[in-house]
Amino acid sequence: MAKFDFSDDSVVVVIGSGAGGGTLANELCQKGIKVVVLEAGAMQSQASFINDEWKSFVQLAWLDARTTSGSWRVAKDFAGLPSWICKTVGGSTTHWAGASLRFQEHEFRVKSVYGEVPGANLLDWPITLKDLEPYYAKAEYKMGVTRTNGIPGLPGNNNFKVMHAGATKLGYKDVHTGNMAINSQPRDGRGRCMQLGFCFQGCKSGAKWSTLYVEIPKAEATGNFEIRPSSHVTRIEHNASGKVTGVVYFDKDGKEQRQKARIIAVAGNSIETPRLLLMSASNMFKDGLANSSGQVGRNYMRHMTGSVYAAFKNPVHMYRGTTMAGIIRDESGHNPARGFVGGYEMETLSLGVPFMAAFLDPGAWGSEFAWWMDHYTNTAGMWLVGEDMPRETNRVTLNTNVKDQWGNYAPNVHFDDHPNDIAMRNHAFTQGERVYQAAGAIKTYRTPPYPSTHNLGTSRMSARAQDGVVNKWGQTHDIPNLFISDGSQFTTGGAENPTLTIVSLAIRQADYIAQQMTERAI
Amino acid sequence: MRVISIAQDSPEIAGCEEDSGIVRKVNLPLARREFLKGSGLLMGTLASGSLLATLAPSTAWALEMKKLSTAEGQTLMAMGRILFPHKKLPDAVYALLAKDLDGKAAGDAGAAKMLQEGIAWLNKSGGGNFAKASEKQRNDIVRSMEGTAFFATVRGQCITSLYDNDMAYAVFGYPGSAWEKGGYITRGFQDLKWLPAPSKEASPPPFLG
Repeated sequence: MAKFDFSDDSVVVVIGSGAGGGTLANELCQKGIKVVVLEAGAMQSQASFINDEWKSFVQLAWLDARTTSGSWRVAKDFAGLPSWICKTVGGSTTHWAGASLRFQEHEFRVKSVYGEVPGANLLDWPITLKDLEPYYAKAEYKMGVTRTNGIPGLPGNNNFKVMHAGATKLGYKDVHTGNMAINSQPRDGRGRCMQLGFCFQGCKSGAKWSTLYVEIPKAEATGNFEIRPSSHVTRIEHNASGKVTGVVYFDKDGKEQRQKARIIAVAGNSIETPRLLLMSASNMFKDGLANSSGQVGRNYMRHMTGSVYAAFKNPVHMYRGTTMAGIIRDESGHNPARGFVGGYEMETLSLGVPFMAAFLDPGAWGSEFAWWMDHYTNTAGMWLVGEDMPRETNRVTLNTNVKDQWGNYAPNVHFDDHPNDIAMRNHAFTQGERVYQAAGAIKTYRTPPYPSTHNLGTSRMSARAQDGVVNKWGQTHDIPNLFISDGSQFTTGGAENPTLTIVSLAIRQADYIAQQMTERAI
Repeated sequence: MRVISIAQDSPEIAGCEEDSGIVRKVNLPLARREFLKGSGLLMGTLASGSLLATLAPSTAWALEMKKLSTAEGQTLMAMGRILFPHKKLPDAVYALLAKDLDGKAAGDAGAAKMLQEGIAWLNKSGGGNFAKASEKQRNDIVRSMEGTAFFATVRGQCITSLYDNDMAYAVFGYPGSAWEKGGYITRGFQDLKWLPAPSKEASPPPFLG
């Protein structure tokens, strides 16, 4: 691994090593550009990952101080844990399920397609599906997505068999084991899925794509790459002309350091990214960096989510094998006749006994809850994930009453479900229950949203500077050498799991940064 | 608390009506009486013939308390059974709840006071002994305490104390870690036979080369 000087102002500093940051860093390194990645979390490996839900949670999850507000149920159930994302090298690509779906064409221009939705701050993306298609193709190849590039689909587990039987009986057509960035056969130096059932706990077999052991080693091999784990960035600095010049961070020993940079790319996920911009406020940028629009931290999206669990007379053993083992896509389109705009995906999900107890219905107790735990062996499960509405009032702000371990204001995540989100969730709950009833369920259960895994939109992309934070390349409207490289860029959320789109945007952004550097534009 | 594991050489046994797969070894808590210096002691035996009794080398278990009394521990166990009533879970699991709450009480005077007052209220409401009150009474008493810090603490502790231990895994049929067993690729991840199988297009065969 290369080692760059703190005063080397020719490097690109990337903050975060997950789907956005880890991918961007590798892509830049492959082009001969020098990159320093600052990652707040520690280094883990396939060997150190733990097949134990709580132990793994403590090892990987972002557990720094956070607060919540708003009418969303997560604020009541998990007041200090708005999101279930990771603080580790590789970020949430250690934890993600692997679902890799492209956005649909209309999902890049929902304001035009959906029209005015009261209480929603809809905006069309400044790019189209056509713009992103070549990069989706590159991302799918890089990640080894099943059912693309001639890669076979994964074999379905018991949980999928239940979903498939119910879905086809109900008349759904688009039902299969998904487009997953999990090797169904050996590829790219990694083995095939062993059906461990611990996708969320870091894939010990390495079959699932993660920047930790795919992008980062490739970046290291170029000699252009340095990663500093356990390095928590607290401030981005700028000069009198308003260009960013470097970052201040606490290193692994808790010592404050300053790394100079030619370009800075922020990829801390959609809570930490706006938080860092807000914390970097200065006399020149009183409302935070890149915030002339006032949109930094706003339009926080978390996808409409919910789960349905169902108990059967016979055993399912849903914990065996791929956590997200299959999908029903029939509800993912835009069909306002259902009573809401946008669509949703239905994807199998399983939890072990410890997390089933924690997440089936947080706060619940008594004999009905106990009945469900007693029927764990015979339970099947699915997750419902759909497009939610961006709202200016759903936002990440600095909570001046709470500080983190570095003495900085903790982020507060405020969220109110939009009526469209609620209508969609109710529809999805009903359809999920119907799927399982068609397969012979004796009982079904509507599980409320888990802490957010899909955090999006807090530094959104816009054609006009007054509508958002970044342009169509993820470059901030206000500061040409400051980029946003994670899901914060999303103008709207789409129905699909966001990682493939984050990776595609990062590959595309790397091309743009390289071109701008060559032209000496930045 | 000193816990002497008795799992040293218990073999891994298939159980839980599993078609395949291995149920984890059961670690029963066991304290040696001669070493006891604590505030209380919870003890019992696993019902002979029960699943857990067949998995554990010994049916006797004991837990030493650091701060709470034996009676207070027993009251917490009784409350745990009202909150999360599982006929198949032995007292030894509910004793883990008492142990973990006792650990909180031993480390924090405020928590100890809150727990002891809550326990006293349970007993007072139960006519002197909560555990001896009728089931309906016990349910009503616990429900009446919803919203209190005591209720939230005990209910929250149940989630990890009752459901994240080897005995619960065995009872609910969850084998836990799969890595060291090679996952489920050859151990029944698609052995469900009571529903029609998906097409090869929807679910291609596994790669076993």
